[in-house]
Amino acid sequence: MRRHLLSIDDLRREDIERILRLAESFAEVAGREIKKVPTLRGRTVINLFYEASTRTSSSFGIAAKRLSADVENVTAQGSSVDKGESLKDTVQTLSAYDPAAIVFRSPHAGAAALVARWTSAAVINAGDGKHEHPTQALLDLYTLRRRAGPLEGRKVWIVGDVLHSRVARSNILAFGRMGCQVTVCGPPTLIPRGVESLGCEVRYSLDDLGEADVVYALRMQHERMKGSFVPSLREYAACYQIDGRRLGSHQLLMHPGPVNRGVELAAEVIDSPQALITQQVESGVVVRMAVLYDLLAGGPAGPGGGHGARLSGEHSGEAPEPQPA
Amino acid sequence: MSDLLLDPRLDRADARPVTVLVRSAHVLDPRAGLDGPADLLLRAGRVAAIGAPGSLGAPEGAEVVDAEGLHAFPAFVDPHVHLRTPGREDEEDVATGTRAAAAGGYCAILAMPNTDPVVDSPSVLGSLRERARVEARIPTGFTAAITVGERGESLTEMAELADAGAVAFTDDGLPVRSAGVMRQALQYQRLAGRALALHEEDPSLSRDGVMHEGNVSALLGVAGIPSVSESSMVARDTHLAAYEDGQIHVQHVSARETVEVIERAKAAGTRITAEASPHHLLLSEEDVRGLDTNRKMNPPLRSEADRQAIVEGLRCGVLDCVATDHAPHSREEKEEPFELAPMGVTGLETAFAAIHTELVVPGVIDLGLLVERLTAGGEPFGIGIPMIAKGQPANVCLVDLASEWEAGEAGYESRSANCAFDGRRLVGRVRMTVAAGVVAYRERSFAIASVA
Repeated sequence: MRRHLLSIDDLRREDIERILRLAESFAEVAGREIKKVPTLRGRTVINLFYEASTRTSSSFGIAAKRLSADVENVTAQGSSVDKGESLKDTVQTLSAYDPAAIVFRSPHAGAAALVARWTSAAVINAGDGKHEHPTQALLDLYTLRRRAGPLEGRKVWIVGDVLHSRVARSNILAFGRMGCQVTVCGPPTLIPRGVESLGCEVRYSLDDLGEADVVYALRMQHERMKGSFVPSLREYAACYQIDGRRLGSHQLLMHPGPVNRGVELAAEVIDSPQALITQQVESGVVVRMAVLYDLLAGGPAGPGGGHGARLSGEHSGEAPEPQPA
Repeated sequence: MSDLLLDPRLDRADARPVTVLVRSAHVLDPRAGLDGPADLLLRAGRVAAIGAPGSLGAPEGAEVVDAEGLHAFPAFVDPHVHLRTPGREDEEDVATGTRAAAAGGYCAILAMPNTDPVVDSPSVLGSLRERARVEARIPTGFTAAITVGERGESLTEMAELADAGAVAFTDDGLPVRSAGVMRQALQYQRLAGRALALHEEDPSLSRDGVMHEGNVSALLGVAGIPSVSESSMVARDTHLAAYEDGQIHVQHVSARETVEVIERAKAAGTRITAEASPHHLLLSEEDVRGLDTNRKMNPPLRSEADRQAIVEGLRCGVLDCVATDHAPHSREEKEEPFELAPMGVTGLETAFAAIHTELVVPGVIDLGLLVERLTAGGEPFGIGIPMIAKGQPANVCLVDLASEWEAGEAGYESRSANCAFDGRRLVGRVRMTVAAGVVAYRERSFAIASVA
């Protein structure tokens, strides 16, 4: 049966554990000189991006290529989307090439789930509006676990513009699934009403930041000034910037990138040994390899059938031993 | 209250009134004090006789309907329908919209003016009325805009529009943003003499919201429309209406706070009425979790507490009537991501069955109360309430309360299929509707017993 990765909300803790174990086995491949395994040879992965992206699309592309898949990148700019083609028609056109997976990013919530209805490929949500960015959350879990060990009981503070952040939503759910205690903190205008129902606490000041084991800062987008969500970036930085004074030596720092230096993060913490920001980017490739493997090759594989992947369904077996090409 | 047969503001295509003998239906009309088996003779557009089952003879040429096992209700009135004409006849037109209404048991509807062009001048209104006199299957009234182009800036020629037959004034789809303009409309109401039907929303609070602001919008990362965007505007307008002694009708109430504001205003003697839609009575934000665009409308589906407050408001009469806000949209427009899809759902053909299934069958409200609220839609606008009583206009629907069906399974009479209840199992099916003495709808399989 065909499976998708649309939302962290669809995953159980054991699904997440399985993907993280797979990623660890792929990390071993990444350490080799030839970083390629033949798992997806002859299969096609389409990156369909309706929003500009550098790190997510390149990371998925590299991950698919290291699994020996053929990768096709399609962006909205300069394509038939610009000519007014509907999402449904675009997806059905691309599906005619019989891709094994479509990695999809859209500025609209729920768009990846719609695509999943219109194609026979496995769909991976690479960000849908302000809803979710599940592979970002998975790579964040992976990165943190590698650095700090088991996640159970860790206190994670997610700081910044939670309202407009798909990373925040996926991470609240993902850290929560793994047994962390999640707190969100930011200006009251940028904390969505009802966010506690996702399983987190809400604070409006950084006064108690010292209780956090991990500080996860979000990108503060300049366009938020237009909606007068914050009076000024200067005041925002004064209240919410993570700097050397606020970040204790026992605390780890994460950020999904790209960073606005001097806004949400001060330069001294970005370059500090507590920052995991570069490791997060590195982890992106192996975690996305793991997701592709789990969806496309994790089951009883075979040509024509066996698109057996089990991100949200039944599962079996342990992490594979990837074979060098 | 006007006589539904004679109200000069209502239009429909010419058709000869039929003579119908309805035999042995369970006639239920709480206003007329009827609740039991009876024969009904409909003739020359009116209820000619009501008698014990089997007691009435069929006049020559009369159609005899064997209604044993069926209920006969006074047919319903919907004060809130989008016929999409002129401008979007690909989504609905006067013929398909009124056919859908008749299939839902309705004998009269009011059409909203947010068309392209907007109904804001006597000429647009006049051409629509002409069209209705050719195409409308049931009596149809047209509303006109409060402000030119529904832009909220300057009043339409309300007096002339009223003379040209506008049943009411409304900027439905949009609020009248400015309190000053709303006050002027209430002042002008003294001259134009028509109710103002209000879409209540403060755009500075609803902003780019597409669903209720609450737990589900927080989870989905979709911009929310807070309840106060509605209730604060209703509070404003109840104050203005009281100050100018105007009459207002609040459309599609969605929030608990709004029900409370209306209840207080009524208690204070303000001339205010309000409507509830089937979707706000039966669905909540939980039903939007899957981002189904057929659950996207404005105002949005709110929390379970809001839903319950609306049910209670309808039950106790703070909300006067059920209105569908039937809003057809094309398939391609609704096959877009939730945030891009247009707001609005259809509801004429499922209103009775959906409320019957979800509220009457489980015992939340009485069948008689539902019939009262479904027939009361014209009252705020001076349009008569259908009644099953001798001499009253013949407005009757025959309903099989035991019939189970799936919404949309056999398609819709409406040109659009964006029904909020699409795919749901419903109990209760309209078999036949007589509107102003004319058979406006008859289910295909529902045969005439005989012709005398």
